[in-house]
Amino acid sequence: MDKNKMSYKVSQFLMFGGISTVLFLGVVILPFIYGLYLTFTSWDGVSRSKPLVGFANYLAAFKDIDFWAAMGRTIIYSAIAVILINIVAFLLAYLVTSGVKGQNFFRAGFFVPNLIGGIVLGYVWQFVFSRALPAVGIPKLLGTTESGAMFAMILVSVWQFAGYMMLIYVAGFMSVSKALMEAAQIDGCTPSQSTWYVTVPLMRASFVQCLFLSITRCFMVYDVNLSLTKGEPAGKSVMAAMHVYNQAFTYKNYGTGQAEALILFLVCAIVGVTQVYIGKKGEVEA
Amino acid sequence: MIQDSAKALARKRRIHAIIMVVLILVFIAFIFPFILVVINVFKEKVDIVKDPLSLIGVKKGFTLENFPNAIQKMDFFKAFANSLIITVSSTILTLLLSSMTAFVIVRNKWKACALLFAAMVASMVIPFQVLMVPLVSLYGGIFGVLNHRLTLILMHTGFSLSMATFMFHGAIHTNIPLELEEAAFIDGCTRWQTWWKIVFPLLKPTIATVAIIDAMAFWNDYLLPSLVLQKKELYTIPIATQAFYGTFSSDLGLIMAALLLAMLPILILYVLLQRFIVEGVTSGAVKG
Repeated sequence: MDKNKMSYKVSQFLMFGGISTVLFLGVVILPFIYGLYLTFTSWDGVSRSKPLVGFANYLAAFKDIDFWAAMGRTIIYSAIAVILINIVAFLLAYLVTSGVKGQNFFRAGFFVPNLIGGIVLGYVWQFVFSRALPAVGIPKLLGTTESGAMFAMILVSVWQFAGYMMLIYVAGFMSVSKALMEAAQIDGCTPSQSTWYVTVPLMRASFVQCLFLSITRCFMVYDVNLSLTKGEPAGKSVMAAMHVYNQAFTYKNYGTGQAEALILFLVCAIVGVTQVYIGKKGEVEA
Repeated sequence: MIQDSAKALARKRRIHAIIMVVLILVFIAFIFPFILVVINVFKEKVDIVKDPLSLIGVKKGFTLENFPNAIQKMDFFKAFANSLIITVSSTILTLLLSSMTAFVIVRNKWKACALLFAAMVASMVIPFQVLMVPLVSLYGGIFGVLNHRLTLILMHTGFSLSMATFMFHGAIHTNIPLELEEAAFIDGCTRWQTWWKIVFPLLKPTIATVAIIDAMAFWNDYLLPSLVLQKKELYTIPIATQAFYGTFSSDLGLIMAALLLAMLPILILYVLLQRFIVEGVTSGAVKG
């Protein structure tokens, strides 16, 4: 068979990649393009007609005070959570690679929260915050104050993601050659100095990756938000993703909701890409 | 000199002891919420309200009643079966389709392949929240195919194809020698046979990684299933838990049982396959 024939190429491509292409186009590309179109319509989710409204949805999104409040909240939450997740994850990774007994057990143990979905985790923690902690005299955090709900969200996120990021940092620690550490120590470094001045700079790629993953996950948080705080008290803990969901599916403003989803995506992408760009710029090679 | 090394050894032991204590404390803090669920699942509501920290109920004592009640009211086995069918089918479909796609992309320098791969890689940054509204309006409003398990399976697969194809692309590119396929061709294998008999079996490590990452994501996903499956008999475990909590949130004993039931399948699997899961997740995260 002539391998340069167009019919051969087409049949080969369709045989191996045909179904994938259809699914990928149907689930990702088509909705993405259709979503752009939706932002220029005012659709209520029920009627057949989708009247074109120009840029009215983007205007509405920019004027939507609740959306920007949720966005501000999401940025504060993400900033604090991302920093804490990575500090905790890095310290845990340092401890479980120090050569103590049972370090594999601890690695596996710290990862457990990642196995369970955000909905279930949120409910478990709701019980902790509203029943168990008040029993030892700690006041209720949920449903009372905005800062309490924020604190709870951050705590649960750190607990949820630290184990996962720890695994990436562990891989980073393992990738740095032991010989470099030894060389540094022969040159007079203490163990902590050789970690700080030799290992950490060589783990830059791990930091960039963990920061990127935790930024994108925190910005798009929904499940834990829904089950842990439900937006209470009085909508003061609604994060951006939940606001988008409510705008579209609860208040039936599909066009505005989709426009806000795109804005959220752009903000998250800009933060994430900037972080990767800055992080990669100073990368060192061993 | 000998004294020095003895001192260093003692110092090292002391540091290790401190690290051990810190790790144990952090570990207890990490699993504390799970322990709370386990101790309260065997109590009745009055006892949970009275003292959520006591090991055994003060008034009514030990009970197993919460389990059958929660199983029945949550329709747990139905939800479990739904989750299982959806997770297993989506995972198998993703593995087969993405490895096939990666195979044709790596081995041929056609424009269509390059275009598809570029589109897939670029699409990996798009979060689900950007697609959910148009997805519902397309497949719910225009095509009317929501409330079928198959719809969710195909959507799960469609969303995870990009990442999986990307990982198989790397694996085939670096680990499968072209000579092997040429030898298979000389021996009379068709492209199809080459893929199924030679390439696919050699991809085992990547298959395990992709299977673990995607199966966990499918099993735990809430947002997409909640938009696609709105009939009670189609609920997966996360949706069933959410619906159950909405109805019985004041009946704490039942809630504890429901939460434990929702966590149990994956925790049991983790105990059995712990090493593979940790390795799979690590290599998946580092490559992706």
